[in-house]
Amino acid sequence: MLEVDRSTPPTLFMHGNGFRLEELPVGSRVVYGPEPLPVLRDIDGAIRHALLHPVDSDPLPALLRPGMRLTIAFDDISLPLPPMRRPDVRQRVIEAVLDLAAEAGVDDVHLIAALALHRRMTEAELRHAVGDRVYDAFAPRGLLYNFDAEDPDALAFLGETDQGEEVEISKRAAESDLLVYVNINLVAMDGGHKSTATGLASYRSLRHHHNVRTMQHSRSFMDQHRSELHSSNWRMGDVIRRSGVKIFQIETTLNNDTFPKPFDFLQKREWEWSRRDRSAYLASSKALARTPDRLRRAVFQSVLAPHNLTGVNAGEVEAVHTLTTAKVMEQQLVHVEGQADVLTMGLPYISPYNVNSVMNPILVMCLGLGYFFNLYRGRPLVREGGVLIMSHPTPWEFHPVHHPSYIDFFEEVLAETTDPLEIEKTYEQSFAEDEWYRHLYRTSYAYHGVHPFYMWYWGAHALQHLGGVIVVGGDARAVRRLGFKPATTLRDALEMASDVVGPHPSLTHFHSPPLMLTEVT
Amino acid sequence: MKALQVERSLPRFAAARVAGALAPGRGARVGPLRLAEIDPPSLPGPGWQRVRPRLAGICGSDLATVDGHASPWFEPLVSFPFVPGHEVVGDLDDGHRVVVEPVLGCAVRAIDPPCPACAEGDLGRCRNVAFGHLQPGLQTGYCTDTGGGWSLALVAHESQLHEVPEAMSDEAAVMVEPAACALRGALKAGTGRDGVLVVIGAGTLGLCAVAALRRHVAPARLLVGAKHPEQRRLARDLGATDVAAPSALARAVRRATGSLALGRSGDDASPPARSGGTTPALQLTDGADVVVDCVGSAESLAQGLGVVRPGGRIVLVGMPGSLTVDLTPLWQREVELVGAYAYGYEPGPDRRTFDLAFELVAEADLGRLVSATYPLHRHAAALAHAAEAGARGAVKVAFDLRGEKGRDRL
Repeated sequence: MLEVDRSTPPTLFMHGNGFRLEELPVGSRVVYGPEPLPVLRDIDGAIRHALLHPVDSDPLPALLRPGMRLTIAFDDISLPLPPMRRPDVRQRVIEAVLDLAAEAGVDDVHLIAALALHRRMTEAELRHAVGDRVYDAFAPRGLLYNFDAEDPDALAFLGETDQGEEVEISKRAAESDLLVYVNINLVAMDGGHKSTATGLASYRSLRHHHNVRTMQHSRSFMDQHRSELHSSNWRMGDVIRRSGVKIFQIETTLNNDTFPKPFDFLQKREWEWSRRDRSAYLASSKALARTPDRLRRAVFQSVLAPHNLTGVNAGEVEAVHTLTTAKVMEQQLVHVEGQADVLTMGLPYISPYNVNSVMNPILVMCLGLGYFFNLYRGRPLVREGGVLIMSHPTPWEFHPVHHPSYIDFFEEVLAETTDPLEIEKTYEQSFAEDEWYRHLYRTSYAYHGVHPFYMWYWGAHALQHLGGVIVVGGDARAVRRLGFKPATTLRDALEMASDVVGPHPSLTHFHSPPLMLTEVT
Repeated sequence: MKALQVERSLPRFAAARVAGALAPGRGARVGPLRLAEIDPPSLPGPGWQRVRPRLAGICGSDLATVDGHASPWFEPLVSFPFVPGHEVVGDLDDGHRVVVEPVLGCAVRAIDPPCPACAEGDLGRCRNVAFGHLQPGLQTGYCTDTGGGWSLALVAHESQLHEVPEAMSDEAAVMVEPAACALRGALKAGTGRDGVLVVIGAGTLGLCAVAALRRHVAPARLLVGAKHPEQRRLARDLGATDVAAPSALARAVRRATGSLALGRSGDDASPPARSGGTTPALQLTDGADVVVDCVGSAESLAQGLGVVRPGGRIVLVGMPGSLTVDLTPLWQREVELVGAYAYGYEPGPDRRTFDLAFELVAEADLGRLVSATYPLHRHAAALAHAAEAGARGAVKVAFDLRGEKGRDRL
């Protein structure tokens, strides 16, 4: 963490498909992520070791036998961010699992992209995740496919939790002799029972924890001890286990080496920038300034992260997740003392739901108030009633194929209200059951009709907590539609914030990339 | 007396067409309209009375005339020179305040027996608007002999006069004629309460249509395509259940009707779109039961065809003109296209459109739609304001004759 003084260089803010340098007021605090952890040198060896020496489980080969039904589910396009260089860790793990399955004579194998209500992955995206060899061996025979949460014939109802939460997941997964789940754990919320209970679940199931009440009672949803989202998934995981579904969980953790050259300066501390970093900043900002929006988006969306494996654990879901969480904390946890009146953050071009797509205004809200705001344990970085200032262009722009229901959510719902509870009560069901959205989700590459609601609910805790949200450099109309205030410059935003928190507020800047989890005491 | 008069002048009509194309309403400066001193119209015969206008509205059809865009269809149906203004509330010489029902049908023209339409009270369909003892003119405001509202005096037949209740303001009264037009269109919707109705346009006609539909049809869903914020606010206030920007209307109709849509399920290489303006129109498989088009442009008609269900109905209330529209959906989906012009009697016992319009104006407080008034000498500013009413947060712009010099001396 850095306290800004007169000699502190300007601070970098991500700003969609670009970035800005901002002068923070003297006395502001800048929270930086930890250095990348050392990575595994022999990744394939580590994976094989995890499969052969799992925690609280028999080794994978002992679970495999001829004639069994094996399903391998894997995290979808939303992980990791940015997408990682080839070979993707999912490919490495899946190939290792398939090698063992082949050795054991298992020939009934399905691979399922566990996308829940996310959009289907394209062939190129699937190839990137699982590799060409796996794709070519399974996809042409219909054995590698995207999960379809709207196919009634492909879902199995497993029962209810003690709190009445219905559990309905992929029938193939539920009826397999073994479900191997291949996870990438980017943030503390990922993995554990959430992998199957969310990734392979239908709307009937998801609505029990993807709702306003759950999100408002998850403080934060990155802290499993205080996350109602986590608790609900764990209750559902218990139902899944008791219904006889055998899961072999494989979780991987990554270091936070997010950007390759020439963008690696983005994740460095500004006062440590070398001459080369400064040149890279100048060159890329000038080049981006002259580049049309669509091309800029294409440039950033083509970035593949150099992040690498810091750990791989396999075995029983909860035992594995305990190890995984510890590793994520080791990489991401930052201790911060005290809350600020104002929290600033620069939002990047990417969120889990716009890989190869457009960062629409609803996703801007979700990334800022949902993800970044909730990257805390203990207390939020900003005090209750404080102000969040986000930097992002927030264009009034949508991908019509990926986000059709988002367009209507923005035009129809947010034009009426931004209150999550009102939105949930009045509109959710009609979007969730809209036949056109259902059709596009199943046959095209559209997020489910209800998905923009979940994005809004993701920010429900922040909306409840904050006294105001200001977006710097955003499309004013789009920002206002979100219920936030637009500001042209950070200075203007701070001036506006003082109307809420008073003059001379304390300020903390959440410097991302990389991702981090703050422990605020 | 002082009057705004339209002359038959081909060069001026041509100039107006050019100016009007540059900026709507601009034709007032160079076109066939001029402020003149003219003789007051004479009473054409018994049963006629002089009306001294108090307020006279500016209608879309007036703007089309001023800007030289009026359809050639009207040529044999008007007589030059004429004084525009058919939305009129004025004073009779005996002091009574009246609204003029402007259609110049058989009774007004002393044609007896009347044509079948007039015999049934359907004045708007009169076959004789170019015959009888008056010069051609389908309405007051397009006829040399009667004069029009944009002046200090016009003449009207007693059958055209509707006394204004004392409690009704001039502003409300001047809304009766456009409300009657919209009401007639609304009553042609021909659907029940369960229907989904769409009104395209939220200018004067559109907003009056919304009020009329709310009062007389009360559909479960009444969607309005409105361009400007104030129009959206008023549409909601008058009874719309949903209001959408024109670019978002198809999506709103799709949502309201549970329709599927075609042509949007391509691969992920499709370009991104801005929903605020350039999202490609959806082609719906279902749609609204009825669309009331209160704009009458090629775009609005195409939009109507795009959002009406197969076998549905489009009621054309806005005056169209020459349009180029792809009618394939009308053909393929067997859509009914119905015109709604003027007034007369509506289905049901003793339901004169104007009487219903008086009730509607009072009940929905349509007088609030009069946003600005101008004296005659500021006609250029008035017409420019009317042409850009929506963008300027206005709805109805009218001439205010109450303070004009010489009005009391007539």
